[in-house]
Amino acid sequence: MKILVALKQVPDTETKIKVAADGRSLDPADVKWITSPYDEYALEEAIRTKESKGAEVVALSVGGDSTKDVLKNALALGADSAVLLRGDGQGDAFAVAQIIAGYAKDKAFDLILCGNKGLGGDNAAMGPMLAELLGIGQANVIVMLELSEGSFKAERETEGGSEIVEGALPAVITAQKGLNEPRYASLKGIMAAKKKTIEELDAVPVTTGTQIIALSLPPERPAGRKLEGDAAAQAQALIQALKDEAKVF
Amino acid sequence: MILVFCELKDGQIRKPSAEALSEGRRLADAAGKPLGALFAGASCAGSAEAAKYGADVILTAEGPTLASYSSDAFATVIADAVKAKGATVLLAAATAVGKDMAPRAAARLGAGYASDVTGLSIVDGKLQAIRPVYAGKAFATTTFASAVQVATTRPNVFPAAEKPGAGVAETLAAPVGDFKSVVKEILAKASGKVDLSEANVIVSGGRGMKDGTNFKILEALADAIGGVVGASRAAVDAGWGLPHSMQVGQTGKVVSPTLYIACGISGAIQHIAGMSGSKFIVAINKDSEAPIFKLANYGIVGDLFEVVPELTKAAKAMGIGKN
Repeated sequence: MKILVALKQVPDTETKIKVAADGRSLDPADVKWITSPYDEYALEEAIRTKESKGAEVVALSVGGDSTKDVLKNALALGADSAVLLRGDGQGDAFAVAQIIAGYAKDKAFDLILCGNKGLGGDNAAMGPMLAELLGIGQANVIVMLELSEGSFKAERETEGGSEIVEGALPAVITAQKGLNEPRYASLKGIMAAKKKTIEELDAVPVTTGTQIIALSLPPERPAGRKLEGDAAAQAQALIQALKDEAKVF
Repeated sequence: MILVFCELKDGQIRKPSAEALSEGRRLADAAGKPLGALFAGASCAGSAEAAKYGADVILTAEGPTLASYSSDAFATVIADAVKAKGATVLLAAATAVGKDMAPRAAARLGAGYASDVTGLSIVDGKLQAIRPVYAGKAFATTTFASAVQVATTRPNVFPAAEKPGAGVAETLAAPVGDFKSVVKEILAKASGKVDLSEANVIVSGGRGMKDGTNFKILEALADAIGGVVGASRAAVDAGWGLPHSMQVGQTGKVVSPTLYIACGISGAIQHIAGMSGSKFIVAINKDSEAPIFKLANYGIVGDLFEVVPELTKAAKAMGIGKN
């Protein structure tokens, strides 16, 4: 089995967002970059599959030199090889899906794994778009995956519940928190990764579907007030305020 | 035409779909175009209700291949309808189905896609979207480079407004073929409650809850005021047996209820990102310096184990949740 794991480099969840001078992008100063957490579940699932069934795991990312950190980490965790597609990794989901499809289309991957969304962009679109461009099946927001010869069974999270999706391989499967518990890289893994090289290819030309013309911060919330008194008085005052002022009830 | 994909549940249009349809009507008026509502399934009984929300045309695709959800069958119906009707805008609600199908349909149409949008407008004849990024820490104004423009609307943001339309019924052919991935089974839901992402009222617990079993006091409050219980990442990751589906925050669910009550939640950046779109925020915390108070419309500095049961009592005494 040959597995492709698509990884995205994103700002850490603790990042305080500042808008860059162009008014439409993130100011990269002081930003700590990490592998998108959902992609970590995807990578872990690929490595577990390799350990249990035997598989070749290829880690892939779209971006520039700094994106190599994501791939080095994937190699340290157990990916067999890594590919950097040089292009705009922060481009819209459709552009990134075309870049990855351009690479994957003739490589005969049995399974393509990625996060159900890239943290930050929050599009939740690249996976399904990639599946469509490659003409293969998809299962998104997956918390359980079973692989058989030529087919898969997956549990997908839905509103307040879940459902079982079955389909043929190859397929694109997008991971959700709960699929597994990602491991940490071992010292041995980190040392071994240093000896591996990252293959670098130019991204195929693509068309962009959307463009961000402005990035803005949410409006400040109005100053609130603290409710005084003992617990019973505070509770009474809150329910009253929610009813009369906020008209929530 | 502006086309809105709608979901039915028990023969009724789901609330997030009614919201998308209402927004579609508003855009159709702004663009001077007709509004089409699109349904797909084994049966589309109940689709006539779309006229109530302003649909000029109600398109239905019925057939056994649409009995269970499959991304490619549904994407096929939708992309074909867009082409047949020459639609320039395709909307769906950002539900589990909407988010699975819309990007696939967009890719088939070579269309730009904006997901989970909180604002839409027509500018110079083109769709423009506002969508939260970094889980709501920022908002991106997004334009489309393609002729067809696809967007999913975040539940609980756009009002569902009744505005009668002609509702002329038209049937579409169901797709035939062998679909690549199909839903085989819907697993029993833990409760009949709505999902956090669609909930109007959320009562959420954090590290201050001390243990998973203590969440029963939040359940009692949620039951009394018609809400759903959520949790912070700290609580979900604490090993208290709380499912990750309860998690609100940047790596969990991003929610926008009318009321969010944060109990024992300090207000880490990644949690705030997931809930700062709430209309009213209440914070209950022992620590008067907790960052969550900066966001709260109403703050209670106190012991949540005393305050929460008092809230339940007060809500019941005042007859909240009875109407």
